[in-house]
Amino acid sequence: MTAKASGTEFTDGSAQMTAADGAGPAPVRIVVAYGFWIFLLSDIIMFSALFATYAVMSGRTAGGPGPQDLFELRSVAIETLCLLLSSYTCGLGLLAVERRRMTYFYLSFGLTFALGAAFLGLEIAEFARMTGMGAGPSRRAFLSSFFSLVGLHGVHISVGLIWIVFITAQVAVRGPRDFVLRRLRCFSLFWHALDIIWIALLSLVYLAGVSA
Amino acid sequence: MTNSGSKSTTADRAPGADDEAPSGSIASYTVGFVFALLLTGASFLVSQSHLLWAPGLPVGLAVLAIAQMGVHLVFFFHLSSGPDNTNNVLALAFGVLIVALVVSGSLWIMSNLDLNMMPSSVIMEMRH
Repeated sequence: MTAKASGTEFTDGSAQMTAADGAGPAPVRIVVAYGFWIFLLSDIIMFSALFATYAVMSGRTAGGPGPQDLFELRSVAIETLCLLLSSYTCGLGLLAVERRRMTYFYLSFGLTFALGAAFLGLEIAEFARMTGMGAGPSRRAFLSSFFSLVGLHGVHISVGLIWIVFITAQVAVRGPRDFVLRRLRCFSLFWHALDIIWIALLSLVYLAGVSA
Repeated sequence: MTNSGSKSTTADRAPGADDEAPSGSIASYTVGFVFALLLTGASFLVSQSHLLWAPGLPVGLAVLAIAQMGVHLVFFFHLSSGPDNTNNVLALAFGVLIVALVVSGSLWIMSNLDLNMMPSSVIMEMRH
C-alpha cells in the first residue's frame, strides 16, 4: 500500500514498491485504517440490501398499523442524541489516549459505553413495546423488514459495546502502545460508521415514516 | 494542538513505523458534533412541521441525511483530499456506487413488478 507514493515514478518494478522520492511505504497505521475502511464499506453494502428491502416493503402493511401508528419519535430522538454524543466522546477518548491522558481516556470511553448501552436499552424497549402491541417481526412484510434492518444495527451496537470493554481492558493491561492505539482507531471508525448507518435509518425509517 | 511525543520527521523513521500524528483535534470533533446536531435537528423539524412542500419531503430528508453523512466523514473519519487518503476516497467512491446500484436497482425492479401485477381485487373476483 503505497498511498504516499501515488503520482511518483518507481525506480524499478520490484515488489517492494519504494517510491523514487524516498517517501517509503505508508505507515502501518495508514494501511490498517485502509483495511478496516474496506471492511466498513462492505458492512455498509450489506446494510444497503436491507435498506432496499425496507424501502420496498414499508408500504405493505396489509391494512394493519403502519409507521405512523407504531413509531414513537420522542424515544427515537433520545436514541439519536445518545448515539451522536457517544461518537463525540469516543473521538475525545481517542485524542486523550494519544496524548497519554489516561484519566480522560477512561472517562470518555466509560461515557461512550454508557451512552451506547442507553441507546440499546431504548431500542430493546421499543421492540418490546411493538411486539407487545401484536406488531412483532413475524406479523407482516413491513414489520419483518423493519425488525431485520433496525435489529441488525442494534446487533452491531451490541458488538461495539463488547468491543469497548475488551479494548479498554487491553489499554489498561498493555498500556497505550502502537498496536493498541491502532485497534482503538479501528474501534472508533467502527463506532462512527454505526452513526452513519443510524442517520440513514433515522431519515428513511422514522422521519419519512412519521412525517406530519 | 499539543503533541506530547518528540516531532519525528519522515527521514528518521523506520519504514512502516507509526507516525505520531494525532487523529484530528478536539476542535474538529466539536465542530463535527455541532454540525451533526444541527442537521439532525433540521431533519426532525422538517419532518414534523409543514415547512417543506409535502411531496418534496423525502428529497429534503435525503439531502439533510447526505449532508450529515458528509459531515461525519470529514470531521469524524478525517477523510480528506490529502495524498495519504487517496485509497480511502477511491474505496468510498466504489462503495457508494455499489450501494446506489443495490438500492435504486431494487426499487426499480420491484416497482416494475408491481405495475405488471394484477390488482388484488381482480384476483379475488377470479376466485369466485
